Amino acid sequence: MSTALGKSVVATPPRRVSLARRIGRIEPVMLLWILLIGALLFLVAFPLGKLFLVSFETRGTGAFTLSNYVTAYGRARYIEAVVNSLTLGLASATIAVVLAVPMAWAVSRTDMPGKGLTWTVVLGAFILPPYLGAVGWILLAGPNSGFINVFWRWLTGSESPFFNVYSFEGLALVIALNAFPLVFIFVKSALDLVSSEMEDAANILGAGTWTAMRKVSLPLVWPAIMAGFIIVFLETIALFGTPAIIGIPARINVVTTQLWQFFEYPVRVEVAAAYAMPLLLVTAGMIATQKLLLSRKGYVSQTGKGGERRPIKLGAWRWVMFAWCAMVGMIAVAMPLFVLLQASFAKAWGRGLSLDNLTFANYYLLIFEHDMAMTSIWNTIWFSATAATIAVLLALMVAYIVNRRLVPFGEVLGFLALAPFVIPGIVMAIGFYAAYAAPPLSLYGTAALIILAFAARFLPIAYANSSSAIRAVHPEMEEAARILGSGRLHAIRMITAPLVKKSLLGGWLIVFIVASRELSAAIFLVGPRTRTMSVLLYDLSEAGNFEVLAAFGGLLLVVTLIFVGIGMKLVGRDFMLRRG
Amino acid sequence: MSRLSILGLTKAYGRTRVVDNIALTLEEGEFVSLLGPSGCGKTTTLRMIAGFVEPTEGQISLDGEIISAPGSVLPPERRTMSMIFQSYAVWPNMTVAENVAFGLKLRKLPSAETKRRVGEILEVVQMSHLAERYPSELSGGQQQRVALARAIVVKPAVLLLDEPLSNLDANLREEMRFEIRRLHDEFRITTVYVTHDQAEAMATSDRIAVMNAGRIEQVDAPHLLYTRPRTRFVAGFIGRTNLLQAQVENGEIGFGGISVGVGQVAGAEAATTRDILVSVRPQSIGLHRQRPVGEHPILAGVVAQRTFLGETWDYVVRSEEAGGLRLRATAPPSQIHEVGEKVWLEFDPRQMAMVE
Ligand SMILES: Nc1ncnc2c1ncn2[C@@H]1O[C@H](COP(=O)(O)OP(=O)(O)OP(=O)(O)O)[C@@H](O)[C@H]1O
Ligand SMILES: [Mg+2]
Repeated sequence: MSTALGKSVVATPPRRVSLARRIGRIEPVMLLWILLIGALLFLVAFPLGKLFLVSFETRGTGAFTLSNYVTAYGRARYIEAVVNSLTLGLASATIAVVLAVPMAWAVSRTDMPGKGLTWTVVLGAFILPPYLGAVGWILLAGPNSGFINVFWRWLTGSESPFFNVYSFEGLALVIALNAFPLVFIFVKSALDLVSSEMEDAANILGAGTWTAMRKVSLPLVWPAIMAGFIIVFLETIALFGTPAIIGIPARINVVTTQLWQFFEYPVRVEVAAAYAMPLLLVTAGMIATQKLLLSRKGYVSQTGKGGERRPIKLGAWRWVMFAWCAMVGMIAVAMPLFVLLQASFAKAWGRGLSLDNLTFANYYLLIFEHDMAMTSIWNTIWFSATAATIAVLLALMVAYIVNRRLVPFGEVLGFLALAPFVIPGIVMAIGFYAAYAAPPLSLYGTAALIILAFAARFLPIAYANSSSAIRAVHPEMEEAARILGSGRLHAIRMITAPLVKKSLLGGWLIVFIVASRELSAAIFLVGPRTRTMSVLLYDLSEAGNFEVLAAFGGLLLVVTLIFVGIGMKLVGRDFMLRRG
Repeated sequence: MSRLSILGLTKAYGRTRVVDNIALTLEEGEFVSLLGPSGCGKTTTLRMIAGFVEPTEGQISLDGEIISAPGSVLPPERRTMSMIFQSYAVWPNMTVAENVAFGLKLRKLPSAETKRRVGEILEVVQMSHLAERYPSELSGGQQQRVALARAIVVKPAVLLLDEPLSNLDANLREEMRFEIRRLHDEFRITTVYVTHDQAEAMATSDRIAVMNAGRIEQVDAPHLLYTRPRTRFVAGFIGRTNLLQAQVENGEIGFGGISVGVGQVAGAEAATTRDILVSVRPQSIGLHRQRPVGEHPILAGVVAQRTFLGETWDYVVRSEEAGGLRLRATAPPSQIHEVGEKVWLEFDPRQMAMVE
């Protein structure tokens, strides 16, 4: 090094900054880190670990055993349920892809009319809880009195139904009709990144619109299609409501309904834990595959946002595409909703629309006479609101610490916060049951248990949301405040908090909405006085009174729509459908 | 007493020392740039001065009080410094006036005083008419002015700037460069300015510290860096140069068959070895058609290559006499030599410098 360091420095004797000042600076963050680790272990790691342990324990003594696994896989009926789940997952995912990909392409790349309407359909299907859609389809396609089949017999005089919802195909279709928005969102956002020049390049070489689509656009978004397929597959195998409502009467047993049977008296939680393992492993494996798929190079990520985008002119085909979207909208949203609404105002739903069939008695019964209905609405709202608040606050602190690299090993926190993403809700619920239902905590049937399970289950949504909100605020924003004299907490309050407020509100609402319709985690954990709307709806469906059931579904939708409306007003029209 | 003094400052991430034992002292009111290629540790140094990064070794003191040492770092908010960031970091949820008033409010100034000072500083940066705007309604240059106003209005002990102009387009960059120097001349705030653009550093600074791979290679006034580079890196990084192998013998420095007195070449008295490197700027080499007369050393050669750069001609001359040595020399646009033409090169020893 050269000698040119200017005037050399006379070292001032080091007057160290006081120890108290150091502790004042470091400790709060470390303390927070420890608290967060504790919370995450409690919410995520411990229930999961307990689930694993319990599957190897003898009931009562806790001694090691493999007999739970022997019991869980020892009967053909149980094995068959696993096979059914996997087949059903494949079938539903395939149908969802067939429904959604043309819609996504039409909305993203073409001049099809009615794009706004298509968005509404997608949003509608997204908001409609799966079990409500299932009830709607029972009213539409029940073998004897379903409207479609009644109409079919009247039209053709045939004896057999046109389409029986109580069948494997029926089950797969109903699930797909509810899950296709997931594929739509994945594929559309991928297509949005393909520049028109990609297709132009193919056109110049002599490919027509269809060839260009087949050979260029679709292959480019292939990973997104696969990702959507995987998500629907996973949703399906983890779904409880639809298989319970349609599958059980049709004698189609799947993993989730089988788990439910293990929970019937006497509860065999050890066997259920053993039986839940494949669900957990398949989910974790598939999500790893999906990550790999989406991170592969050479696809959309490389084309970037650049490039001009022009809608493809479809000519008369516009109307074909529109008809497709409209058809999906009809069968996925409009028809089920319509029959549900009709039934909710009917004395007897099978008698159809007529003035003498009209009554408010169903709603009256629920609102003024039913002993659980109003309680369950109140439960749903405050459980979901509390869970959403816990999830968002926890996620926010973790996201802040991880993104600002405030502590070593912050990634551990991030990993734990995202882990529930690979845990099906029903598995999570069994884990919570195993960990906290029994003494010492004895939380079975309490509101606390349900709230904690909801918070844990939806923590990844909140974390993804908070993390992107924090990342959007450049650290220099805060540093600029600090160097001007504001402490870390003051800077967070004055600068960061106002900037992330809106997207956090969006995250809170999303967690609230998905929690308010959550069935599979709730049904294992509720007690007689802590039933949520979704659980009560399932109870009502078992009772078979479709008019009251439909009316209750109507109430559930009203509650959901109120919050969706608030979200759209405060955060933006497509706040629920953003891919984050 | 010097205002800001850095001693033996080191920052290591794992085993890599991204800032390696640097020392630097700023006098009250001095403007010093940290100049160096990308990744050489400029930002890390600046963030250690600001208190955002804890040093691994060494110390930083302000007015004689140690503010950073390993394990004890005075937090940024208590350093009475200001900083301007590459991303501007103008807060989008506050108006221009609110942004500028932020630091004053933290200092609990009476509101009339705050208002007056905000008004004054916005006048200085020519942003008064936009005081009530939100940052999203401003151009990049205007946002940078807000950042400047916000940093200066609190009368900081030290002003830190991290590549403040790198996101602006070329014209605006030039304008803001003079703006920053003008503000410095007006307020005389002790300033550390980080940049990788040498023209920017030259135009603004009293002294420049050239950094390379975590070390400071040389600290000097801009013109001295150019005429008296002390290391090979500085000679090559600031402007362009010919680096020549030379030998010291009997008080003479010889290369390519010519020799100059040791006393004439900057820094050469310090030579401790026989073989040294000498930096000869292309601008300091005269090009002639006829052999010039005078006492300057002369070399004959042939034009091997030429490039017209608009403001100058750039010739590469090959000298057989000096054993095939290739030298770069510049000439004004009107002085045209063809490739293959014979020319004479005239050297000025006082514009040469020995480098390490
Ligand atoms: N937190 C960190 N962890 C590990 N390495 C780091 C960290 N921060 C910086 N570095 C490394 O230190 C080196 C110096 O970084 P620094 O940002 O100081 O460079 P710079 O001179 O400002 O460069 P540029 O001109 O690109 O801004 C780089 O190689 C960088 O990768
Ligand atoms: Mg930098």
